[in-house]
Amino acid sequence: MIEVKGLVKTYGPKRAVDGVSFRVNRGDILGFLGPNGAGKSTTMKMITGFLRPDSGTATVDGIDVTVDPVAVKGKLGYLPESAPAYPEMTVEEFLGFIAEVRGFRSATARGAQVDRAIGLTHLSPVRKQTIETLSKGFKQRVGFAQALLHDPGVLVLDEPTDGLDPNQKNEVRSLIKAMAVDKAVILSTHILEEVDAICNRVIIISRGKVVADETPASLHARKPGARLDEIFRTLTASDV
Amino acid sequence: MTQISPIFKREFFGYFRSPVAYVFLVVFSVASIGLAFFVGGFFKANQATMQSYFTFYPWLFLFLIPAAGMRLWSEEKRTGTVELLFTLPITTLEAVLGKFLAAWAFLTLAILLSLPLAGTVAYLGSPDWGVIASTYFGGVLMAGSYLGVCSLTSALTKNQVISFVISVVACLALLFLGWSVFSEVLGSIFPVWLVDLLSNFSFITHFDAFTKGIIDPKDVVFFLSLMGFTLFLNVVALER
Repeated sequence: MIEVKGLVKTYGPKRAVDGVSFRVNRGDILGFLGPNGAGKSTTMKMITGFLRPDSGTATVDGIDVTVDPVAVKGKLGYLPESAPAYPEMTVEEFLGFIAEVRGFRSATARGAQVDRAIGLTHLSPVRKQTIETLSKGFKQRVGFAQALLHDPGVLVLDEPTDGLDPNQKNEVRSLIKAMAVDKAVILSTHILEEVDAICNRVIIISRGKVVADETPASLHARKPGARLDEIFRTLTASDV
Repeated sequence: MTQISPIFKREFFGYFRSPVAYVFLVVFSVASIGLAFFVGGFFKANQATMQSYFTFYPWLFLFLIPAAGMRLWSEEKRTGTVELLFTLPITTLEAVLGKFLAAWAFLTLAILLSLPLAGTVAYLGSPDWGVIASTYFGGVLMAGSYLGVCSLTSALTKNQVISFVISVVACLALLFLGWSVFSEVLGSIFPVWLVDLLSNFSFITHFDAFTKGIIDPKDVVFFLSLMGFTLFLNVVALER
């Protein structure tokens, strides 16, 4: 469970995130929408403890990220935007490293976690390949595997389907859906169809502020018959 | 602190996953031994010592250690893996120490590759092993201090070239303060006590005693405290 209270982050004169608050419960898949630069990634970076908020807090399973960031990081799985990984390592070596840092110290425990993550994300054909030789779709899946590796209760995914082809997008979506039964998931996207496809809640942010926090159905009900991108455009009209 | 070990392993073996390690080790060995043979007069001196080998260390380190250290943090920043690393359950100090110790171990390996030269000296004459051992010890300590400076400058930028240039300039300053030629220039301007004080901050001043077979606690403390100080600033720079 994730609880975000009044997060604020300022870069120089620009207030990137301006008092964002929301809650995500277990079983929820929250779609985090907004135009580019609206503060989606910054908010996620604060929840995961990578950035320190100027004010406000985020708690994961009751632990405050500003008080005990290491404990929160242990509970989270995080897929950063563009899925960074060490290019010179093979998929197996990389996931083995993540498993070791995540506390799977014995070789057998580590192997089991790595195999599980590789199985879930269908990486077995490339497990011995170095990450720099992989296509974008596979790289994205490595990022995914890394986030899932320790079977975390909370997943934060920054544009998980970015750069994937339609088939891969579909696959990633069904994977997220299948896992979300007992997890709290936040995913950011700017593909609006994704919201209808997998999310059971939507938050739209614009210029660092939450402008909508509801179910996809009630978002549609705002303007019956209109397409989602029209509603999105109306809500984020101030952000140009 | 148990989290240092996976970071250390990844970093240390990371050198050998790319050509960097092999290029570095070959260049280091060729340059250091070449200097001893052709500039230092290793054979001409007709003495069973490694003096002509170690005397170039402060100058050799000036370029080679920034070359090895420049990528430590700037590469993580450029490729975005820094976000991955700092959303894993580790503290900044553990990450800094893990990476630093790995790079230091790698440099120690480069230094120890010159051991056949010690064998040559022993074959040709009967060297003072105490002096050789203390010089190796001093060399490893001095390498750590250079590396501390480079690790710090690397954390300040995502550009490896800038990181390299700043490291060289910073190390050059620390070197020059104790270089006799430069001290004489300073001595003609400033009072002796000030020149002595300044030269106490130099690598050369503190390395000299080791090459004479003296392990003076104040020299050891100098190198260790320089490492501690730069690594402390390194943590501060990353948490900024």
